[in-house]
Amino acid sequence: MSQSYDRGLIEDFGRWTEFSAGMWAWIFHKFTGWVLVGYLFTHIAVLSTAIQGSEAYNSTIQGLEGLLLVRFLEVGLLAVAVFHILNGVRLLFVDLGLGLESQDRTFYASLVVTGVVVVASIPTFLMGKLA
Amino acid sequence: MSERYSSFEPKGTRWLLQRLTAAFLVIVLAFHFMQLHFVNHAADVTFAGTSARMSQPGYFLAMVGFGLTATFHGVNGVYNGLVNQGLDGIGRRAVKYGLVVAGLLLAAQILRLAFTMAGGSIS
Repeated sequence: MSQSYDRGLIEDFGRWTEFSAGMWAWIFHKFTGWVLVGYLFTHIAVLSTAIQGSEAYNSTIQGLEGLLLVRFLEVGLLAVAVFHILNGVRLLFVDLGLGLESQDRTFYASLVVTGVVVVASIPTFLMGKLA
Repeated sequence: MSERYSSFEPKGTRWLLQRLTAAFLVIVLAFHFMQLHFVNHAADVTFAGTSARMSQPGYFLAMVGFGLTATFHGVNGVYNGLVNQGLDGIGRRAVKYGLVVAGLLLAAQILRLAFTMAGGSIS
Protein backbone atom coordinates (compact mmCIF):
# COMPACT_ATOMS: atom_id res chain seq x y z
CA MET A 1 0.00 0.00 0.00
CA SER A 2 1.49 3.31 -0.99
CA GLN A 3 1.50 6.32 1.28
CA SER A 4 -0.06 9.68 0.63
CA TYR A 5 2.14 12.61 -0.29
CA ASP A 6 2.15 15.09 2.58
CA ARG A 7 2.05 18.38 0.73
CA GLY A 8 1.23 20.41 3.86
CA LEU A 9 -1.61 22.87 4.09
CA ILE A 10 -2.02 25.00 1.01
CA GLU A 11 -4.32 27.22 3.07
CA ASP A 12 -1.18 28.44 4.83
CA PHE A 13 -0.37 31.08 2.24
CA GLY A 14 2.62 32.17 4.29
CA ARG A 15 4.35 29.08 2.93
CA TRP A 16 3.99 30.08 -0.68
CA THR A 17 7.65 31.00 -1.09
CA GLU A 18 8.51 27.44 -0.10
CA PHE A 19 6.26 25.82 -2.69
CA SER A 20 7.97 23.53 -5.18
CA ALA A 21 7.17 23.37 -8.89
CA GLY A 22 5.05 20.28 -8.24
CA MET A 23 3.04 22.18 -5.64
CA TRP A 24 2.42 25.07 -8.03
CA ALA A 25 1.39 22.58 -10.71
CA TRP A 26 -1.08 21.04 -8.24
CA ILE A 27 -2.51 24.48 -7.31
CA PHE A 28 -2.75 25.63 -10.94
CA HIS A 29 -4.40 22.37 -11.98
CA LYS A 30 -7.05 22.70 -9.26
CA PHE A 31 -7.60 26.39 -10.05
CA THR A 32 -7.93 25.84 -13.80
CA GLY A 33 -10.21 22.85 -13.11
CA TRP A 34 -12.55 25.01 -11.02
CA VAL A 35 -12.60 27.66 -13.76
CA LEU A 36 -13.33 25.09 -16.47
CA VAL A 37 -16.15 23.35 -14.60
CA GLY A 38 -17.70 26.74 -13.84
CA TYR A 39 -17.37 27.68 -17.49
CA LEU A 40 -18.96 24.39 -18.60
CA PHE A 41 -22.18 25.19 -16.72
CA THR A 42 -22.13 28.79 -17.99
CA HIS A 43 -21.41 27.71 -21.56
CA ILE A 44 -24.32 25.28 -21.65
CA ALA A 45 -26.59 27.95 -20.13
CA VAL A 46 -25.65 30.42 -22.88
CA LEU A 47 -25.97 27.85 -25.67
CA SER A 48 -29.36 26.81 -24.28
CA THR A 49 -30.81 29.97 -25.82
CA ALA A 50 -30.96 27.73 -28.92
CA ILE A 51 -33.93 26.02 -27.31
CA GLN A 52 -35.83 29.34 -27.52
CA GLY A 53 -35.10 29.56 -31.23
CA SER A 54 -32.49 30.61 -33.73
CA GLU A 55 -33.08 34.35 -33.21
CA ALA A 56 -32.39 34.14 -29.48
CA TYR A 57 -29.30 32.00 -30.10
CA ASN A 58 -27.86 34.26 -32.80
CA SER A 59 -28.48 37.49 -30.91
CA THR A 60 -27.00 36.05 -27.70
CA ILE A 61 -23.83 34.76 -29.38
CA GLN A 62 -23.32 37.87 -31.47
CA GLY A 63 -24.13 40.17 -28.57
CA LEU A 64 -21.56 38.47 -26.34
CA GLU A 65 -18.94 38.29 -29.08
CA GLY A 66 -19.43 42.00 -29.70
CA LEU A 67 -18.05 42.78 -26.25
CA LEU A 68 -14.31 43.33 -26.01
CA LEU A 69 -14.38 42.05 -22.43
CA VAL A 70 -15.76 38.70 -23.64
CA ARG A 71 -12.96 38.41 -26.20
CA PHE A 72 -10.36 38.91 -23.46
CA LEU A 73 -12.18 36.43 -21.23
CA GLU A 74 -12.01 33.92 -24.11
CA VAL A 75 -8.24 34.41 -24.27
CA GLY A 76 -8.16 33.75 -20.53
CA LEU A 77 -10.28 30.64 -21.04
CA LEU A 78 -7.87 29.44 -23.72
CA ALA A 79 -4.95 29.93 -21.31
CA VAL A 80 -6.76 28.01 -18.60
CA ALA A 81 -7.77 25.19 -20.97
CA VAL A 82 -4.35 24.83 -22.59
CA PHE A 83 -2.56 24.71 -19.24
CA HIS A 84 -5.10 22.20 -17.86
CA ILE A 85 -4.66 19.99 -20.95
CA LEU A 86 -0.85 20.12 -20.88
CA ASN A 87 -0.60 19.62 -17.15
CA GLY A 88 -3.22 16.88 -17.41
CA VAL A 89 -1.08 15.05 -19.96
CA ARG A 90 1.87 15.55 -17.61
CA LEU A 91 -0.17 14.01 -14.77
CA LEU A 92 -1.18 11.07 -16.96
CA PHE A 93 2.49 10.33 -17.64
CA VAL A 94 3.44 10.72 -13.97
CA ASP A 95 0.61 8.36 -13.03
CA LEU A 96 2.00 5.87 -15.52
CA GLY A 97 5.36 6.17 -13.78
CA LEU A 98 6.97 8.27 -16.51
CA GLY A 99 8.73 11.57 -15.96
CA LEU A 100 8.42 11.94 -12.19
CA GLU A 101 12.11 12.77 -11.91
CA SER A 102 11.71 15.60 -14.43
CA GLN A 103 8.36 16.90 -13.18
CA ASP A 104 9.80 20.38 -12.47
CA ARG A 105 10.96 20.79 -16.05
CA THR A 106 7.73 19.45 -17.54
CA PHE A 107 5.75 21.91 -15.38
CA TYR A 108 7.86 24.82 -16.63
CA ALA A 109 7.48 23.49 -20.18
CA SER A 110 3.68 23.42 -19.71
CA LEU A 111 3.75 27.08 -18.66
CA VAL A 112 5.96 28.11 -21.58
CA VAL A 113 3.90 26.25 -24.18
CA THR A 114 0.69 27.66 -22.70
CA GLY A 115 2.15 31.16 -22.96
CA VAL A 116 3.24 30.65 -26.57
CA VAL A 117 -0.12 29.20 -27.66
CA VAL A 118 -2.06 31.99 -25.96
CA VAL A 119 0.08 34.81 -27.32
CA ALA A 120 -0.09 33.32 -30.82
CA SER A 121 -3.89 33.03 -30.55
CA ILE A 122 -4.59 36.59 -29.39
CA PRO A 123 -4.97 38.05 -32.92
CA THR A 124 -7.54 35.37 -33.83
CA PHE A 125 -9.52 35.86 -30.63
CA LEU A 126 -9.61 39.64 -30.94
CA MET A 127 -10.31 39.59 -34.69
CA GLY A 128 -13.01 42.09 -35.59
CA LYS A 129 -12.59 43.98 -32.34
CA LEU A 130 -9.04 45.29 -32.33
CA ALA A 131 -7.46 43.71 -35.39
CA MET B 1 8.06 11.25 1.26
CA SER B 2 6.01 8.89 -0.78
CA GLU B 3 6.19 7.06 -4.05
CA ARG B 4 2.71 8.15 -4.97
CA TYR B 5 1.65 11.71 -5.76
CA SER B 6 -1.92 11.32 -7.00
CA SER B 7 -4.61 12.59 -4.63
CA PHE B 8 -6.97 9.74 -5.61
CA GLU B 9 -7.13 6.42 -3.82
CA PRO B 10 -4.68 4.06 -5.52
CA LYS B 11 -6.28 2.33 -8.49
CA GLY B 12 -9.78 3.38 -7.44
CA THR B 13 -12.62 3.51 -9.96
CA ARG B 14 -12.85 7.31 -9.73
CA TRP B 15 -9.11 7.55 -10.36
CA LEU B 16 -9.36 5.35 -13.45
CA LEU B 17 -12.44 7.11 -14.84
CA GLN B 18 -10.87 10.52 -14.26
CA ARG B 19 -7.79 9.47 -16.24
CA LEU B 20 -9.76 7.83 -19.05
CA THR B 21 -12.08 10.82 -19.43
CA ALA B 22 -9.03 13.11 -19.33
CA ALA B 23 -7.41 11.25 -22.21
CA PHE B 24 -10.59 11.63 -24.29
CA LEU B 25 -11.09 15.28 -23.30
CA VAL B 26 -7.54 16.27 -24.26
CA ILE B 27 -8.35 15.34 -27.85
CA VAL B 28 -11.91 16.58 -28.11
CA LEU B 29 -11.37 19.85 -26.21
CA ALA B 30 -8.47 20.73 -28.50
CA PHE B 31 -10.68 19.88 -31.51
CA HIS B 32 -13.54 21.99 -30.11
CA PHE B 33 -11.29 25.03 -29.64
CA MET B 34 -9.80 24.63 -33.11
CA GLN B 35 -13.20 24.16 -34.74
CA LEU B 36 -15.00 27.06 -33.03
CA HIS B 37 -12.27 29.64 -32.64
CA PHE B 38 -9.89 29.07 -35.52
CA VAL B 39 -11.67 27.19 -38.33
CA ASN B 40 -14.94 28.97 -37.58
CA HIS B 41 -14.59 32.16 -35.56
CA ALA B 42 -16.81 32.30 -32.46
CA ALA B 43 -18.21 35.68 -33.56
CA ASP B 44 -19.45 34.11 -36.79
CA VAL B 45 -21.33 31.26 -35.12
CA THR B 46 -24.99 31.13 -36.09
CA PHE B 47 -27.77 28.67 -35.38
CA ALA B 48 -27.74 27.60 -39.03
CA GLY B 49 -24.02 26.78 -38.90
CA THR B 50 -24.32 25.06 -35.55
CA SER B 51 -27.28 23.06 -36.79
CA ALA B 52 -25.42 22.04 -39.95
CA ARG B 53 -22.47 20.76 -37.91
CA MET B 54 -24.67 19.02 -35.36
CA SER B 55 -26.61 17.27 -38.13
CA GLN B 56 -23.51 15.27 -38.97
CA PRO B 57 -23.64 12.03 -36.95
CA GLY B 58 -19.90 11.98 -36.21
CA TYR B 59 -19.82 15.58 -35.03
CA PHE B 60 -23.02 15.10 -33.03
CA LEU B 61 -21.64 12.04 -31.24
CA ALA B 62 -18.31 13.74 -30.60
CA MET B 63 -19.97 16.82 -29.09
CA VAL B 64 -22.46 14.84 -26.99
CA GLY B 65 -19.60 12.61 -25.82
CA PHE B 66 -17.56 15.73 -25.11
CA GLY B 67 -20.33 17.33 -23.05
CA LEU B 68 -21.14 14.24 -21.02
CA THR B 69 -17.50 13.33 -20.45
CA ALA B 70 -16.63 16.89 -19.43
CA THR B 71 -19.56 16.87 -17.01
CA PHE B 72 -18.33 13.69 -15.34
CA HIS B 73 -14.70 14.82 -15.32
CA GLY B 74 -15.61 18.22 -13.88
CA VAL B 75 -17.99 16.99 -11.21
CA ASN B 76 -15.70 14.11 -10.22
CA GLY B 77 -12.75 16.48 -10.14
CA VAL B 78 -14.56 18.95 -7.89
CA TYR B 79 -15.59 16.14 -5.53
CA ASN B 80 -12.07 14.76 -5.40
CA GLY B 81 -10.62 18.21 -4.81
CA LEU B 82 -12.95 18.83 -1.88
CA VAL B 83 -12.31 15.40 -0.36
CA ASN B 84 -8.62 16.06 -0.81
CA GLN B 85 -9.03 19.27 1.18
CA GLY B 86 -10.46 17.28 4.09
CA LEU B 87 -14.22 17.29 3.41
CA ASP B 88 -15.75 14.53 5.49
CA GLY B 89 -18.90 13.22 7.17
CA ILE B 90 -22.29 14.75 6.43
CA GLY B 91 -20.73 17.55 4.41
CA ARG B 92 -19.04 15.02 2.17
CA ARG B 93 -22.30 13.14 1.57
CA ALA B 94 -24.20 16.39 0.94
CA VAL B 95 -21.61 17.57 -1.56
CA LYS B 96 -21.55 14.14 -3.21
CA TYR B 97 -25.29 14.02 -3.81
CA GLY B 98 -25.42 17.72 -4.68
CA LEU B 99 -22.80 17.18 -7.36
CA VAL B 100 -24.55 14.05 -8.63
CA VAL B 101 -27.79 16.01 -9.04
CA ALA B 102 -26.01 18.98 -10.66
CA GLY B 103 -24.16 16.61 -13.00
CA LEU B 104 -27.32 14.76 -14.01
CA LEU B 105 -29.20 18.03 -14.64
CA LEU B 106 -26.35 19.32 -16.77
CA ALA B 107 -26.12 16.04 -18.68
CA ALA B 108 -29.87 16.14 -19.36
CA GLN B 109 -29.61 19.74 -20.57
CA ILE B 110 -26.67 18.85 -22.82
CA LEU B 111 -28.70 16.08 -24.46
CA ARG B 112 -31.75 18.32 -24.83
CA LEU B 113 -29.61 21.08 -26.34
CA ALA B 114 -27.77 18.71 -28.68
CA PHE B 115 -31.01 17.38 -30.15
CA THR B 116 -32.37 20.92 -30.50
CA MET B 117 -29.21 22.00 -32.33
CA ALA B 118 -29.41 18.98 -34.60
CA GLY B 119 -32.95 19.99 -35.49
CA GLY B 120 -34.42 16.98 -33.76
CA SER B 121 -33.08 14.63 -36.38
CA ILE B 122 -29.64 13.40 -37.36
CA SER B 123 -29.33 12.96 -41.10
